[in-house]
Amino acid sequence: MDKNISFTLKVWRQRGPKAKGAFETYQMKDIPGDTSFLEMLDILNEQLVNENKEPIAFDHDCREGICGMCSLYVNGHPHGPATGATTCQLYMRRFKDGDTITVEPWRSAGFPVIRDLMVDRTAFDKIQQAGGYVSINTGGMPDANAIPIGKDIAEEAMDAAACIGCGACVAACKNGSAMLFVSAKVSQFALLPQGKVEAKKRVKAMVAKMDELGFGNCTNTRACEAECPKCVSISNIARLNREFIKAKLKD
Amino acid sequence: MAKISSVKVDSKIPEGPLAEKWTNYKAHQKLVNPANKRKLDIIVVGTGLAGASGAASLGAMGFNVLNFCIQDSPRRAHSIAAQGGINAAKNYQNDGDSVYRLFYDTIKGGDYRAREANVHRLAEVSGAIIDQCVAQCVPFAREYGGLLANRSFGGAQVSRTFYARGQTGQQLLLGAYSALNYQVSQGTVKVFTRYEMLDLVIIDGRARGIIARNLVTGKVERFAAHAVVIATGGYGNAYFLSTNAMGSNGSAALQCYRKGAYFANPCYAQIHPTCIPVHGDKQSKLTLMSESLRNDGRIWVPKKLEDAKALQQGKKHPNDIPDEDRDFYLERRYPAFGNLVPRDVASRAAKERCDKGFGVNNTGLAVFLDFKYAIQRLGEDVVRQRYGNLFDMYEEIADTNPYKEPMMIFPAIHYTMGGIWVDYELQTSIPGLFAIGEANFSDHGANRLGASALMQGLADGYFVLPYTIQNYLADQIQVPRFSTDAPEFVAAEKAVNDKIAKLMAIKGTRSVDSIHKELGLVMWDNVGMARTKESLENALKEIDRVEKIFWSDLRIPGEADTLNIELEKALRLLDFIEIGRLMAYDALNREESCGGHFREEHQTEEGEAKRDDENFSYVACWKYTGEGQEPELLKEDLNYQYIKVQQRNYKN
Repeated sequence: MDKNISFTLKVWRQRGPKAKGAFETYQMKDIPGDTSFLEMLDILNEQLVNENKEPIAFDHDCREGICGMCSLYVNGHPHGPATGATTCQLYMRRFKDGDTITVEPWRSAGFPVIRDLMVDRTAFDKIQQAGGYVSINTGGMPDANAIPIGKDIAEEAMDAAACIGCGACVAACKNGSAMLFVSAKVSQFALLPQGKVEAKKRVKAMVAKMDELGFGNCTNTRACEAECPKCVSISNIARLNREFIKAKLKD
Repeated sequence: MAKISSVKVDSKIPEGPLAEKWTNYKAHQKLVNPANKRKLDIIVVGTGLAGASGAASLGAMGFNVLNFCIQDSPRRAHSIAAQGGINAAKNYQNDGDSVYRLFYDTIKGGDYRAREANVHRLAEVSGAIIDQCVAQCVPFAREYGGLLANRSFGGAQVSRTFYARGQTGQQLLLGAYSALNYQVSQGTVKVFTRYEMLDLVIIDGRARGIIARNLVTGKVERFAAHAVVIATGGYGNAYFLSTNAMGSNGSAALQCYRKGAYFANPCYAQIHPTCIPVHGDKQSKLTLMSESLRNDGRIWVPKKLEDAKALQQGKKHPNDIPDEDRDFYLERRYPAFGNLVPRDVASRAAKERCDKGFGVNNTGLAVFLDFKYAIQRLGEDVVRQRYGNLFDMYEEIADTNPYKEPMMIFPAIHYTMGGIWVDYELQTSIPGLFAIGEANFSDHGANRLGASALMQGLADGYFVLPYTIQNYLADQIQVPRFSTDAPEFVAAEKAVNDKIAKLMAIKGTRSVDSIHKELGLVMWDNVGMARTKESLENALKEIDRVEKIFWSDLRIPGEADTLNIELEKALRLLDFIEIGRLMAYDALNREESCGGHFREEHQTEEGEAKRDDENFSYVACWKYTGEGQEPELLKEDLNYQYIKVQQRNYKN
């Protein structure tokens, strides 16, 4: 079964968005392999409180890999070394005794640091508010089976809709681009008949908001796809580009 | 024992035959005209399925909505983690489903402790929820012909559950979030993220606002409105270990309770049978494996005690135990429903086997959920298609491959059926204060069926509250917007600041989590899956002890006037202590077994829950009587006119 490991942790500490940050080093002893990465940080925070020091601030909530609240840049990878998993689903058995593990916040112009490892991702909400919806009110909808949708189309839309809005794509990108996130949402709506109605307006509004909020351009390095905890495909970016060009040509 | 009030609580059920009550209500309720809607402000606390759908729908109608959440985005609310699906009486499968049957299954599943009129309304609006979600582009699973797919869930003999892979909650919440975003773009809803409600403000007996702390700046702020809606979910984290998110808490509900709102049936907590077993003492939460797995997985423990011992000591592998030596105890005890019995029944059956020594892991607190048979029947590809993401998640956590050997599972705290008492209009006992979703107590009785939480959250938010709240607000159109300088706001803010100062001044040695874990153990051991008079009295004593530790030895590093996570957790723990006490009082009072509440003194010869309809067919409403005082009990009688109340039978 899992063995206990001891290792060195280097954690980015930063008091506030304007404050100067620095790494602090902590020695972690005898951590069981079946401890999750965030539980390991809980253990460290418990130690810090016991020493009457302020614990490390980090975002987390569901701890099941679905809410998208946890972040962390672990050893140079958003959500750490595991593929297809969020930081909360990363287990210490992935690391070796004697390792040095570096933990940083997402680093992007679009996501300013709030404190320590906690960043402000409200830019993602703003992009969604610009057009990530179908303009309908509640009630009076046609029967759910009124419009048949091909199983393959529904599956493709679901693949795009699996995005958890964590921001790993932005953190992974050398340009700080939010294209994977935006394209996933644009794709989900563009693929389904109910979303097609205002597809053109939507794609223009979301792209304009993304640009306005300071996210960079896509240069097809595919880092976002490689680091996405939900394996959202960059084929969505290709679809976003097509949708955008189609919309612009109609102008 | 608790003081019992002779006042009967009135749920304001409309007159008329069951199937016509909601239609009649809507036809005769008061409405607010569009010009007046703009002048009315509504605070909605919480952005889960109920909160987001409610805020979006109220915004769409033209009200001015202020919507609060503790996370960095409305999309993070814990509804997002619901896996299996959402029920609706569409009868798309032509298997005999109907509004009546969904109503009946829900009442029966809740062990005859829910209101008939509410549950019938829930079943009536269930179909419209699916229509609404499809219109929002929720990518539900579909068949090759392009129509919607269904699966079956516990407690039902029809397939009425709609799903989006193992991520139904996520997709429904993102649908509600998109509706919310549309309203934000229209200027009708303003969202306040990273804000936590810390008190309810009452003016002249009506809910008129909240006090909330900005979690980034630490500033305590005032917000006024014509009505307040609580949609903050359940209080399962009183047990520390649960399937709830780390931030899920019962504080908003408890603040309303302290201000006079009744807290109903607090002892009804759902223990979910299929969770990954506890390991070690550093664990922060428990992970649920969707109930949908019970469609194809078979639950078993060894028949022979020596096999169980060998498994516990790691001397035997589950695959080495032949079929004839496996006890498929749910199929044995409940032939008609088999592995798909309701959650409370499945959980207790697992506990029964483990108590007898048949547990299969090193702690003896686990049973097998085996897919060998499904793989033989359907092939590995089909199983992967249905449950792939759940299997991957299991493998990551447990480090074993569920395609090759059975999963190990054990029951864990999952959902709370109890909550703020509401009448038929979802209004609490405080005028102008409403509660929706898991935060209220209605609809699920003593046990919730799988795939019904998503249904209820969205029913309340999309299709019930937007109607019923107007009946209240119609009288409020002459009331001008309130100033937050009113003395009631000043006093409430001061009380919050005083409480925070008191917590910061303790300066003890113990972390919040260490005390919370202690409370959790007390709750699990004494107010858990099986309760006795003795264990509950012990719980009350132990909770007092934990509270003393809290007030004498708590340590919160840092300052209150800035981001302070330990302070946030301390404020929530303080309320969990009170909730734990309420749960114990209620469980002690309810001298019967029903649904998720099992009193060992009250069971049939076969070990099934034994209700006492003559004495306990009521909703227990607890009224706050002051700090350190025992709460007062008020009763709302449950009258079954359309369903014959009987002992639940999942055997034949």
